[in-house]
Amino acid sequence: MAIQSPSLDMTTAAAPAPVARPATRSYWQQVGRRLRRDPVTLVCGGILLLIVLAALGAPWLGLADPYKTSMLRRLYPIGSPNFPLGTDELGRDMLSRLIYGGRLSLFMGVTPVICALLIGGALGITAGFMGGRVNMLIMRIMDVFYAFPSVLLAISLSGAMGAGAENTLLALTLVFIPPICRVSESVTTQVRGFDFVDAARASGAGTLTIVRVHVLGNVLGPILVYATSLISVAIILAAGLSFLGLGVKPPEPEWGLMLNTLRQAIYVNPLLAALPGVMIFITSICFNLMSDGLRAAMDVKA
Amino acid sequence: MLLYALRRLIYLVPVAFGVSLLVFALVHLAPGDPISAIVPPDAPKEVVDKLKEYYGFDKPLPVQYGRWLLVTLSGDFGTSIGTGRPVAQEVGSAFGNTIILAIAACLLAFSLAVVLGTAAAYAKSRMVDRLVTSISLVGVSVPHFWLAIVLVIVFSVELGMLPPMGIGPENATGWRLDWPHIQHMILPTIALSVIPLGVMTRTVRSTIKEILSLEFVTALQAKGMNDRQILFHVLKNAAPVCLAVMGLQAGNLIGGSILIETVFAWPGTGFLLNSAIFRRDLPILQGTTLVLAFFFMVLNLTVDVIQTMVDPRIKRG
Repeated sequence: MAIQSPSLDMTTAAAPAPVARPATRSYWQQVGRRLRRDPVTLVCGGILLLIVLAALGAPWLGLADPYKTSMLRRLYPIGSPNFPLGTDELGRDMLSRLIYGGRLSLFMGVTPVICALLIGGALGITAGFMGGRVNMLIMRIMDVFYAFPSVLLAISLSGAMGAGAENTLLALTLVFIPPICRVSESVTTQVRGFDFVDAARASGAGTLTIVRVHVLGNVLGPILVYATSLISVAIILAAGLSFLGLGVKPPEPEWGLMLNTLRQAIYVNPLLAALPGVMIFITSICFNLMSDGLRAAMDVKA
Repeated sequence: MLLYALRRLIYLVPVAFGVSLLVFALVHLAPGDPISAIVPPDAPKEVVDKLKEYYGFDKPLPVQYGRWLLVTLSGDFGTSIGTGRPVAQEVGSAFGNTIILAIAACLLAFSLAVVLGTAAAYAKSRMVDRLVTSISLVGVSVPHFWLAIVLVIVFSVELGMLPPMGIGPENATGWRLDWPHIQHMILPTIALSVIPLGVMTRTVRSTIKEILSLEFVTALQAKGMNDRQILFHVLKNAAPVCLAVMGLQAGNLIGGSILIETVFAWPGTGFLLNSAIFRRDLPILQGTTLVLAFFFMVLNLTVDVIQTMVDPRIKRG
């Protein structure tokens, strides 16, 4: 973990630091510089940006209607005229559905991690900083969730609550809170033991100021890196829930659900049936590589 | 040592209590009550009430929980709403099938990961390291249920070499050690092993790399030990960390095989859970989740204790 003195940290520029800022770059500027020089991260970022932009701008790309079915043109192979990636089991344009599918698939994967980051991070930092009984209470509750394999927890929760995108989001958020909480707790406990926290307290800083200025600046990096490493897991898990029929409902275009409905076509048009999975695979690899790049750039140990 | 194991076991009690509370809550997360979900909407009210009474759904929640906990502790998991058979029986036979698949996948993933990870850590050429790192990246990134479909497409649909689904020939429900049954196992085992393979390869590689940079390795070299003797020392030092991750992966594999079991119609706990969800068979959902969570807890405990045994440096508070 990279421990920076608070005075070098851009986010804590307001800190009452009497040390004159040296002419060197701030920590976050250095991270940005390293990221810009990492070709793998740049390429992955570019691919993800392309997928996101295409998904968001899909209505203006002149694509076929992703919901328009036709019994006459079911399961056209890849490369058919007018249907570059063929048509699905209900005759809908695959290219259009794959691009539109990015909307829900990415949303369902990224949102739970962000929610869990906010909730789990807050809980973990509180537990780590307060210590004692508060720590006990929060961490023991997390232990209960840790007693379940994560996939089982996600499936049981959303299975019990019933199918639907909202329930999936809720279940996935619940699944990701405990690990993020645990990581936040452990880095906060570490930071709390450093001398500069004692020094700040001795100089009369209140708890909130200490957390905001001295703790947050030092724990956000590792927590953020850990959270980004969860995004690819979340995307696969969200798609998996839809694949089981527990997530997004038909006829919405979503990669996991498309993979499910196209399973009946593996004997007729196998290449086509595998396409949605390729999208999940690409997205998940890119997120994993970007998370590795971020970890290296921020100098955070695994 | 024994004291440590005992303390961990005692600590398991409050967690287990919490787990039981969560599993019990699963039923009540569901919209509507569990009986209305399975009876036809025009069922007479007396029948519905009678069913509710039979399953105990007419009592207040804390009473229901207390009763459920007592009954469950005595080993009675209730009866399946869907089939009318005891839940314990259904979960038990499914659990065996899941374990067989899990053991096969663990053996494949872990042995391959140790070889690949060690090779990458020792590799002089960057090619080998790159290749192994890519394999582990693919392992953790590939949606394994998609890989399962791709395997079926390639080996069952296109090549016709291996059966696409089921645990054995002709609607078999149990596993036997013979060639047809092993044939049915090959594809699910591969699909299930990719995630642990990716994670473990990464862990083995980074752990061994770290140990190789320690001073004691240099000391052993200075003493004149050959590489093979040193490798033994390195592996011994890498074992505790790797064991811990292996335990977690094995547990996740058993709890996470639901997607693979669904693709291959493998009659294990995941498949059971999936069909229970769609039949709204809540006793089965509860029973399966509870059994898997307890297995996971005991497995984690065992791994922790073994880890302390292998590495006496670990002091546990």
